[in-house]
Amino acid sequence: MDYIDYYKILGVNKNATQDEIKSAYRKLARKFHPDLNPDNKEAQNKFQQINEANEVLSDPEKRKKYDKYGKDWKHAEEFEKQQSQRQQSSNFGGQQTYSGDFGGGDFSDFFESMFGDGRGERSSRNAKFRGEDFNAELHLNLTDVFNTHQQTLTVNGKKIRITIPAGVENGQVIKLKGHGGAGVNGGPNGDLYITFVIANNTKFKRSGNDLYLPVELDLYTAILGGDITIDTLSGKVKLKVNPETQNDTKIRLKGKGFPLYKKEGHFGDLFITYQIKIPTHLSEKEKELFMELSKLKS
Amino acid sequence: MEDDQLIPLEIFCVHHEIDFSFIDSLEQYGLIEVVKIKETGFIPESRVNELEKLVRLHHELDINLEGIEAITHLLQRVKDLQQEIITLKNKLNLYEDF
Repeated sequence: MDYIDYYKILGVNKNATQDEIKSAYRKLARKFHPDLNPDNKEAQNKFQQINEANEVLSDPEKRKKYDKYGKDWKHAEEFEKQQSQRQQSSNFGGQQTYSGDFGGGDFSDFFESMFGDGRGERSSRNAKFRGEDFNAELHLNLTDVFNTHQQTLTVNGKKIRITIPAGVENGQVIKLKGHGGAGVNGGPNGDLYITFVIANNTKFKRSGNDLYLPVELDLYTAILGGDITIDTLSGKVKLKVNPETQNDTKIRLKGKGFPLYKKEGHFGDLFITYQIKIPTHLSEKEKELFMELSKLKS
Repeated sequence: MEDDQLIPLEIFCVHHEIDFSFIDSLEQYGLIEVVKIKETGFIPESRVNELEKLVRLHHELDINLEGIEAITHLLQRVKDLQQEIITLKNKLNLYEDF
């Protein structure tokens, strides 16, 4: 636990007046307020530091104590005790700190060791606050989201069972109402936001609900036509290749793509691109036959 | 929205210690939609978060209604752009190792 320089955090000098502190605080709060910086952890941490600095410096009692002990804050508690229950820690009424659902109520260990848990003071108004919203990432494979399935997650020590609908997209966020932080003074719980991070563990490429797959085709099947079998995410499919199929020919297999999100039984398409493989390491006989074919064409 | 409960705005105002006129102004600026039932204003529970955010911007950061309107608009644009980036990133994967 390190000493925190609250003056430095607010960018004011040690002799700053209450007005200067208030002004510095407002300026920084506007810059780093979590409502203006959604999903920005860095801003949120900075905002908590600013809040904490303001909590101390804008309160004359706390500021006095902070100034008095400065870097020797570790001994402050002992020293205070020796002052024989001189006074119960002051009631810091009327001090405004930011509230809301972004967990602005957390204080550093440094703060708590000097001033106790700041939460108690603020809840004295008995105001109900909605709990903090939680954000979490869920890493899955593409094949995991091909079918709707249930999964048990542990969020802040609590196990919750959720249904993951087929067709969830990479980066998609779902909200689980009431699974965030507990409300304060009987306020409602916050929500849990889960961002899906989906790794592609298949040979398919996905764009929305459509899948794309390059399929190698040997020269002879491309020229003469024939049957091939390809793998799709829902099983093997037999395909008829037309004679004289050109390289890069695209085929659409309707309904063989990815499931549509929350539309059971509906699927996107699978697009196949034929990539014709030119034979290598030809035998003398093969070369001869190709020469013969070449002569026929010219 | 089917099971969305309606929160009386009067209770919301008491709870957050704000004047009802502020809610009226937000509605006039088109920043919130108030459900009116027999002259009483309500807000769907699913929108309370948004409303609380507007209250915080106004009371904690001293931002006036014009500012709140601009911020709300810009935050929505940021959100839309972030969504567009995700969609484009997913599309870009199509061309990698192909």
